[in-house]
Formats: sequence, structure tokens, C-alpha cells
Amino acid sequence: MKISREEVLRVAELAYLELSEAEIETYRAQMDDILEYVGKLNELDTTTVEPMTQVLSSDQAADATVREDTVVVSDVAATVLKYAPDPEAPYFRVPRVIEK
Amino acid sequence: MATNWTINGVREALTAKKISARELTAEFYKRIEARNPELNAYLALSPERAQAQAERVDALVAAGKPLPPLAGVPVAVKDVISTRGTKTTCGSKILEPYVPAYDATAIERLEAAGAVILGKTNCDEFAMGSSNENSAYGPVKNPVALDRVPGGSSGGSAAVVAAGLAVASLGTDTGGSIRQPGAFCGIPAMMGSYGRVSRYGLIAFASSLDRIGPFATSVGDVARVLQAIAGRDPRDSTSTTDAVPDYLAEMDKPVKGLRLGIPKEYFAPGMDEGVRKKIEAGIEIYRKLGCELVELRMPHTDYAIATYYIIATAEASSNLARFDGVRYGLRVDGDSLVGMYRKTRGAGFGAEVKRRIVLGTYVLSAGYYDAYYLKGQKVRALIARDFREAFTKVDAILTPTSPVPPFKLGERTADPLQMYLADIYTVTGSLAGVPGISVPCGKIDGKLPVGLQLFGPAFGEARVLQLAQAFEQNGGATV
Repeated sequence: MKISREEVLRVAELAYLELSEAEIETYRAQMDDILEYVGKLNELDTTTVEPMTQVLSSDQAADATVREDTVVVSDVAATVLKYAPDPEAPYFRVPRVIEK
Repeated sequence: MATNWTINGVREALTAKKISARELTAEFYKRIEARNPELNAYLALSPERAQAQAERVDALVAAGKPLPPLAGVPVAVKDVISTRGTKTTCGSKILEPYVPAYDATAIERLEAAGAVILGKTNCDEFAMGSSNENSAYGPVKNPVALDRVPGGSSGGSAAVVAAGLAVASLGTDTGGSIRQPGAFCGIPAMMGSYGRVSRYGLIAFASSLDRIGPFATSVGDVARVLQAIAGRDPRDSTSTTDAVPDYLAEMDKPVKGLRLGIPKEYFAPGMDEGVRKKIEAGIEIYRKLGCELVELRMPHTDYAIATYYIIATAEASSNLARFDGVRYGLRVDGDSLVGMYRKTRGAGFGAEVKRRIVLGTYVLSAGYYDAYYLKGQKVRALIARDFREAFTKVDAILTPTSPVPPFKLGERTADPLQMYLADIYTVTGSLAGVPGISVPCGKIDGKLPVGLQLFGPAFGEARVLQLAQAFEQNGGATV
């Protein structure tokens, strides 16, 4: 067994994800299977391989230069707020973060 | 009027004034009304927007002005692509009330080319799945075989085109999510190279893998839609500055003498025998057309699924952090800010999305990053190298799209790892960033569609389209 119940809880906490008791056990067992399968990557010696951090090679890459700092008008704020869960223009309201 | 519309058919009918764009749009909404309750392929319709666009097209026709390339063509769009004023749920409960304030670049470009956007199509939640059974709004049925899945994650986009409820559609492909549903529904479907089509407005699943691409009923129409949406967009820094070739002009060239690579690793045990027979018959078509068939080795193929599920879930866990109940979509109240985040995400995400967030967070977390994520990126480099080396010997690579034909609804949902393995032939090209297409390659027992997949080198879309069209025009769909 690669994954313990505590590890699932630790990850769920990092991801701000509330899981039910049933989900905790299901995901623990399934992650065990998946990580067992993923372990096959260790058959490959990659000590001298550079990780692939970009998909496009430099000659295909988009223009990497910094664009001009020009102001572009965006008037979506009202629409964005209209569909927000708890808007109070021009803000999104959230539960209290700082105690009095 | 004709039941099987094509892009050229629409153009000719409009120009000859046999039908107006408004009438054609109404005709498609009638079809949708009749057929969608059974298929569950559309999640939302945008009739006002479609009507306004159709009126613009009709005005051009009335004034005798030249028509843009997709004038009046009814299209559908996967529900992970943002559409201003029309709900965009990503197949998730967490975005159930979400209406974007802006359009994706691909949407702007489709409309600039004259297309009429009918509505949004069902998909696996946040494009995570291979059968469309992970949608919070219910599965889509395969119009070609109603007891079967349409494939995923772009199952709705494939189904609406196969059922004649749109002339073309857009899907997204992260590990096979365009090509596999194309294969399962018996229509051509393509992802261009990474960077070929702007991702601006595509709600991200895995940013280094996600690509927008077309479904249509012919390879020519796939090319026409790709042509309309391809090209540099300053709003996506990973969109390439490379010029977009004229695909339709390039793809009519003869294929005689082109070298097609057949990688041994894609024909290993595990493939359905019915699929194998159809693909072998498909290879014969290319032999007869005078292509040179070259046996290839791509030694890291077998590591692709493991690599993919590390990288894709890691990126997903980061991208999906934005769904926290603050700015859009669902909010479930909690006793604190963090309590609200946890409850919102716990209630809003479905089982597969949570599974991938848990896995992705784990592979990125302290103590596991090197063993999983970094290792995955290194093996991804080896897989990309397999492709680069292959393309020094061949012009394109030929494989099956899926190891199995469309499976029955509910048949594979119990075991996520088995479902992941359904993507075994498609994830390789996703990791490498190369273009890929699936073209119809006969039906098993005259019933279950098989797809033949072609990969080209990065930005070699024209070559892929050329070979796919030659296949289609020489009996590929009926082998």
C-alpha cells in the first residue's frame, strides 16, 4: 500500500477539498492502483534527461518580447459581478477573514 | 432540403438563394429539438445570437457581397470554451450558473468567418474523461450506436456532427478528447499542433496539453474550420507566430511516395481484433496509393499513460484552484473563508475531477515532486524525442485512434485506471505537441466505427490533412 488515509487527508487539505468518509477510502484505494501503475516510469534511467518544461521549441515559440504597455479598455466588470455568487459592486463579498 | 449539409453545400445554397441563413438556422434548431432529448448532446442553445449572425449573413447575400468562408454554417461548441452571454458550465455543477463576459478567440474567429453558433455541447466535467459519462448533466449517447458511449471528453461535439445537428463543431483535446470521440462517432476530428490555435477563453484543464480543434463530416470541412480558427493571438503567449498555410491548397496534392511510419508499439497485444483488422485494411489503402510504409520503433510509447496522468493531473490541480466560490459559479457557505472554499469545492466538483485534483496535488506536494512530477516531465521529453526522431525517417505516423471500438454506457465506469488506458494511442501525440487527426476507417460488423489516427511533425497540419483526405477519398470510411 503506497497511500495512507492520512496522506489523502493531507492532500485534500492542501487542495481545500472537502471529502466524505466514503470518498477518502475510495480515492485512497484508487490512488494506490494509479501510483502503482505510474511507478513503471522508474524502469527508465532519466538522470541525464532534461525535463520538458516548454512544448514549443525556440524557433516555433511565440514572440517572447514584452508587449507595449498600452491601456486597453475592458468593460466587463458589471457582467462579471452580475454572475458572481455574492457581489457588492465593485467587490466580491467573502466570509470574514480578519477578526475584529 | 438536403439532410447532410456540408460547408460547400451551405455556401452554394445561400448563393443560389435556395435557402436563407435564417431558414437554415431554424432548420437546425428543429432538428435539435427533435433529436437532442434522446442524445443529450447539447447543454445550452444560443438562438438569439445565432439569429443575429444569420441576419448578418443574409444581408451580405442580399447585397451581393462576397461571403466569408464559413458564412451561415451552423456550428456547435464544447462547453469548456467561453461564449459571451451563453452559459459555459464545463459539464460541472460548480459552474452551473456561470455566464462568461467575453468570447474565446476561437469563437470570435468562427463568427468573423461567418459561422452561426447554435449552442454548447455536453462533455466530461472539465474535459476529464474518455466516455462523456463524467458530465454532471448526464452522459451523451452515441448517435451511431445508441447503447454506446460517444467517446470523450468532447462527446457532445462529436455526437451533434454525427447526428446532423451541426455541420461542424469545436472540441478540445488534452489526451485524446477530440480524436477518440471522432473515432467513436465515425467522423473526422483533428487537433492541430500545440500553439496552432489560441487557447484564450478555453477554460483550462492542463495548459501544456490543451488544444481546441474541429469535428466535421469530411476532412475538407475539418480543414476549413481549422483554417478559420488557427493563427497567432496576442492574448495567448503560447500561440505560435508561424504563418498559417493555405490548408485546402496544400492538401489536394498527391500522396504517392510519402513515407508513412507504422510504430510497432501501437500494434501490441491489447488491441481489439476488430479494430486491428480495420486498421490493417486501412494501411492497404495507403499501399495502393503508392505511399511507402516504414516500420518504426517508438520505444517510450508504453510510458505515455503514466506520464500523461502525472502531468495532466498536476496542471489540473493548479488550474482548478480558481474555482473557490468567490468570483463565479457555485458557493456553499462555510464557517470561515477556508471552510467556504472546502465546502464549495467538495459539493461542486464531481468524482473524477476530485480524483484528479487529489492525484495532481499529491504529485506536486513536498517530498513527491521529484519522484513524480519531475520524473514525468523527463519522460515527456523522451516521448517527444521519439516523435522527432521518427519524423526524420517518415512524413507521418499511422496508428489506430483507440484500442477498442465504442463501448457500452456504464461498462467501464467502475475502474478509473482501465478508463485511462483507453487513451493509450492518443496521449503520446498530446505529450509531444504534434498535430493529429482521426479519420473513419470502416465499421466493425457494419456497426461500430473505427478511427485511423495520423500524426504529423509539429506544424505539419497540411501533410496530415492531405493524407487523411486521400484516405477518405479512396474508400477509407468503408474498408
